[in-house]
Amino acid sequence: MYDAIVIGAGLSGLAAGIRLATYDQRVCVLERHTTIGGLNSFYRLGGRNYDVGLHAVTNYARPGNRSGPLGKLLRQLRLRWEEFDLSPQVGSRVAFPGVSLEFNNDPELLLSQVHEHFPQQTDRLRRLMREVVDYDELEGLTATASARQTVAQIITDPLLREMLFCPIMFYGNPREHDMEFGQFSILFRSIFLEGLARPAAGIRLILKALVRRFKAAGGELRLRSGVARIVVEANRAVRVVLENGEELAGRWILSSAGWLETLRLCDDCSRVEPPRPGQLSFVESISVLHCQPRELGCDRTVVFYNDQPHFHWERPAELVDLRSGVICSPNNFLYAQPPAEGMLRITHLANYDRWAALSPSEYRLAKLRWYDRSAAAAVRFVPEFRHAVVAVDMFTPTTIRRYTGHENGAVYGAPEKRRDGRTHLENLFLCGTDQGLVGIIGAILSGITVANRYCLRP
Amino acid sequence: MTAAEIRAAVIEILKTISPDSDFSELDDERPFREQVELDSMDFLDIVLQLRKLYRIHIPEEDYPALQSMASTVAYLEPKMRDLQKV
Ligand SMILES: Cc1cc2nc3c(=O)[nH]c(=O)nc-3n(C[C@H](O)[C@H](O)[C@H](O)COP(=O)(O)OP(=O)(O)OC[C@H]3O[C@@H](n4cnc5c(N)ncnc54)[C@H](O)[C@@H]3O)c2cc1C
Repeated sequence: MYDAIVIGAGLSGLAAGIRLATYDQRVCVLERHTTIGGLNSFYRLGGRNYDVGLHAVTNYARPGNRSGPLGKLLRQLRLRWEEFDLSPQVGSRVAFPGVSLEFNNDPELLLSQVHEHFPQQTDRLRRLMREVVDYDELEGLTATASARQTVAQIITDPLLREMLFCPIMFYGNPREHDMEFGQFSILFRSIFLEGLARPAAGIRLILKALVRRFKAAGGELRLRSGVARIVVEANRAVRVVLENGEELAGRWILSSAGWLETLRLCDDCSRVEPPRPGQLSFVESISVLHCQPRELGCDRTVVFYNDQPHFHWERPAELVDLRSGVICSPNNFLYAQPPAEGMLRITHLANYDRWAALSPSEYRLAKLRWYDRSAAAAVRFVPEFRHAVVAVDMFTPTTIRRYTGHENGAVYGAPEKRRDGRTHLENLFLCGTDQGLVGIIGAILSGITVANRYCLRP
Repeated sequence: MTAAEIRAAVIEILKTISPDSDFSELDDERPFREQVELDSMDFLDIVLQLRKLYRIHIPEEDYPALQSMASTVAYLEPKMRDLQKV
């Protein structure tokens, strides 16, 4: 009998596991895959190391800064700042037709850029920044007002609004078109006020630090151990049945698999109204270059582009939506030791159903075709890099589905979140994506918060 | 444990929770919050560490007693008096 069983060895599941194991609970983290990491994992291909999801870690804070989310989570997990080894970004850009805004980890740069391009809006942006911080602290995730409406009352220039929404939606909005102002505030702060950073070694460094901590605290991690069923008796989840038939019992079950995905595992799922699954997924290509991106003039950390005045955040009708995208170079951070090889990652919205309907040969062809189209779309906003490409990999919504189990390959999960982490069963809780905190830092904080609230409070 | 030993034990716990803070100048009479940056998650950790190390259970309604070092030691003394130092 375990105290706690955690479903999923992604960032949230591992963080929850560390908290529980630190306080002497018998805890087992179960992961369906052969490797840890979930949405943010890593692999080797053709002799190279790749990250699955990592553009940048948000919520950057310098060593010694203890008040922000990063400081909090390091303390809660008893990790030293150096274990995440974060180097801040060089500088990023939001590029729209005819106007670009530069930003880095000092909000003053964004303010001065807005002052230059939207002089009437500078004080308004300052006001938005203040409101975002207030909201975050006072009401946080309970602020359900429409972000589009709330922001429109403050920022009156529609183009500037679109330019602010573009990075925020790409880095964490599970819902089409609009989002909650609470979620907007958290993401605004994490991207524009605290900022972006990355470990030189990529996500594997963070994941390995988490696993090391978890095991040192006495936790048990089982790979290739997918949960096939959650056995329910009288409003309680009494045990899980693994895909190989083995049964494990726990006092608490924490699931990072997603709300709909977790519900489907429960014996009594027909009792509960299923939530709507998310619709928003990505394709992402990784181009390995024979030189550093900056030698080609690609010197920004991230370029969020949109090729028209209005930014469309919706499931595309086609396989991929090239109107907008995120172009990120893992090289362009201020590392002590820069990575030897150049890389560019390009991300766009994509349609899961269209990708899932392709036959294997069509799928291979579509990947090649959309890689070319994606690169052609990107070079409208960054310098030409295609002659320098020596290797390419690409993943699609079906890849995300296969590796994380998230319905529709929905990167940020379901549009409706379960903020309190509760489910219809008294000892089954959700952490991670569908609890509502997304991204690397968000997922880790989610695991900590849910474990604290339901399994550790005396 | 004596009051001095309890105080030392609480300092050890604070150091575990927040390794890079300096507690040498701590004023026992003033609230922790005014002197070191501790949030509600950190306070939960003080409670959990006391439970883990000394098997002391502190119900939620008693959390206000943990405001300053002086009030914490006063609160813990009757509970820890009969314990051996670890
Ligand atoms: C392309 C892409 C780029 C991204 N870029 C960034 C970025 O730059 N910065 C950032 O902060 N965030 C980024 N993210 C988002 C970030 O990766 C996620 O928000 C975060 O990893 C979510 O963690 P999680 O623990 O909630 O969920 P997941 O990572 O989805 O973990 C869930 C785990 O549960 C496992 N699982 C599911 N069902 C079962 C079952 N039945 N039994 C056992 N195990 C099961 C899955 O295999 C998975 O490992 C990106 C995501 C993607 C896809």
